[in-house]
Amino acid sequence: MSLTTAHSVVAPSGTAKGIAGTIIVAYALISIVPLLWIFATSFKTPPDSIAYPPKIVFQPSIEGYCNLFTTRTRQTPEYINSLGPATGFCDETVRKRNMVIAGPSNFLPRFVNSLIIAFGSTFCAVFLGTLSAYGFSRFKVPLADDLLFFILSTRFMPPIAVAIPIYLMYRELGLSDTALGMILLYTAVNVSLAVWLLKGFIDEIPREYEEAAMIDGYTRLQAFWRTVLPQATTGIAATAIFCLIFAWNEYAFAALLTSGTAQTAPPFIPTIIGEGGQDWPAVAAGTTIFLVPILVFTILLRKQLLRGITFGAVRK
Amino acid sequence: MLNRTAENVARATPEPLARKVRGISDKGLAWLFISPTILLLLAINIFPLFWAIYLSFTNFRANRPNEVVKNLGFANYQRILGDQDIWIAMQTTAHFVFWTILLQTLIGFTLAWLIDRKFRGHAFWTTIILVPMMLSPAVVGNFWRFLYEPQIGLFAYAISFVTRIPPTDIQMLSNVSLAPWSIIIVDTWMWTPYVMLICLAGLRSIPEYIYEAAEVDRASNWRQFWSITLPMALPFIMLAVLFRGIENFKMFDMVNLLTGGGPGSTTEVASITLKRQAFESWRTGYSSAFAIILFVAVFGLANIYVKALNKVKQR
Repeated sequence: MSLTTAHSVVAPSGTAKGIAGTIIVAYALISIVPLLWIFATSFKTPPDSIAYPPKIVFQPSIEGYCNLFTTRTRQTPEYINSLGPATGFCDETVRKRNMVIAGPSNFLPRFVNSLIIAFGSTFCAVFLGTLSAYGFSRFKVPLADDLLFFILSTRFMPPIAVAIPIYLMYRELGLSDTALGMILLYTAVNVSLAVWLLKGFIDEIPREYEEAAMIDGYTRLQAFWRTVLPQATTGIAATAIFCLIFAWNEYAFAALLTSGTAQTAPPFIPTIIGEGGQDWPAVAAGTTIFLVPILVFTILLRKQLLRGITFGAVRK
Repeated sequence: MLNRTAENVARATPEPLARKVRGISDKGLAWLFISPTILLLLAINIFPLFWAIYLSFTNFRANRPNEVVKNLGFANYQRILGDQDIWIAMQTTAHFVFWTILLQTLIGFTLAWLIDRKFRGHAFWTTIILVPMMLSPAVVGNFWRFLYEPQIGLFAYAISFVTRIPPTDIQMLSNVSLAPWSIIIVDTWMWTPYVMLICLAGLRSIPEYIYEAAEVDRASNWRQFWSITLPMALPFIMLAVLFRGIENFKMFDMVNLLTGGGPGSTTEVASITLKRQAFESWRTGYSSAFAIILFVAVFGLANIYVKALNKVKQR
């Protein structure tokens, strides 16, 4: 008996593959329905969104997006007729519902806050994380294991429990509801992930490269800058995306520590209301815009995903 | 020739001297690189933690900062351990953690096992399955309120379509016995992919030759699963359970937006109770004590679990 036949013995049969494939595809399709529904709802009109039975086929409309970006006031038909011609599609849609656009909504500033805070904290966390990871990877640090466990353990704390003293501390320091305060906080939360992930990536780069560079007359710092960093780019990029996703998605701290100027999108989106309750097409539109960047990043990251979600514990 | 000279000079130079010549010593550099992270964590995590410990012994209220703060000793802790509401919240949390972990492990492992059959297109469908876990639990949890809406919601409609129960009777969020399951369903939908991904790594780490040897020994498929597949994937399954257990123990965002702890307090998990005490009733001292108890519980459980995990790995 040759090795190749032994191999084929353990390979799953065609039927087994077929059944497995069918179940997986069915699960994938069902699990993606809520997301497709968010996307579909964002293009429905408010009456269509609350129709019974739920409408699968509908006339697409961008009213949800109009409502997301504007605030509107109800007016009498006489007043609306006295206005000049509508200045755009949104204007026209809104007037059909006897309303006029009063101004921009808070969605755009909240979205920009999310961008500033997510990118700011990611930059800081990756910067600090890279330095520490290199330190832990290459030097004999006393109590290294304890320090690494300490760094990881900060991630286990329930956010609400941390938020109580942080709330008081930020009030004293004038950091409540500021982007700087949120960046500091998210940096502290993300740096543990960054150190653990990057230590794994840097451990994989052979020391010989730096040693060779140092024999050639580079200082340790130059060797780090010119040989280690360029080789760690993939790891740094993957880590940065994980930090970005965390900061982008974070809700608990944002809801408790920001209320106005520094509020991010996650606590804002649930507060979008229309007349008589939640304006679901607008909420869906905000959710869609909010989720698209994450979808793109997930696809980019799929090879590193496992490593990221287990703090580098599983490398495959 | 020249290279060799340089090498000889480098070798001849005593190490400490060479380092001095090259600028900062390795030890100095190590601290320079590590200390900013440690300092940040001390300032944003450890200092507040000690502050919370101090507050937990007082009657401080954050909404009355000018009132005289009294030292209560262990009174807050005693009151918490005797507080009926806290125990109910802990039971709610335990119910939530138990069922989410059980469902996610069962479904996640099954999916991983099926994906490991390596049918055509498995990589694509795996990526699709992974999408929900990357999304914001708050933003998606908020949208599930719409899906759960009786009558107009897609979830209620789908259930009534299958079971023929009138859709107005499917009050997932306002029915006392259904609400705890509404949060379990959303959490399972979001995080099963997480368990699946880790289990898949476990299954792929099992070397093929073990199965080949089992085939030679004519072990049945059933036997192979119980004596090879499951034991070898177990450390990975336990890792997934550890991470999900900790995360769900401190679950806040999804539940806060989906049910807000309601109806009544049927879905009030520990973090929601903590938020209500700390930021709605403003019992800062009391809630700090509860926060400290939660810390200790998470760390204790995590430590016990990590030890068990290491034992499994050593086998």
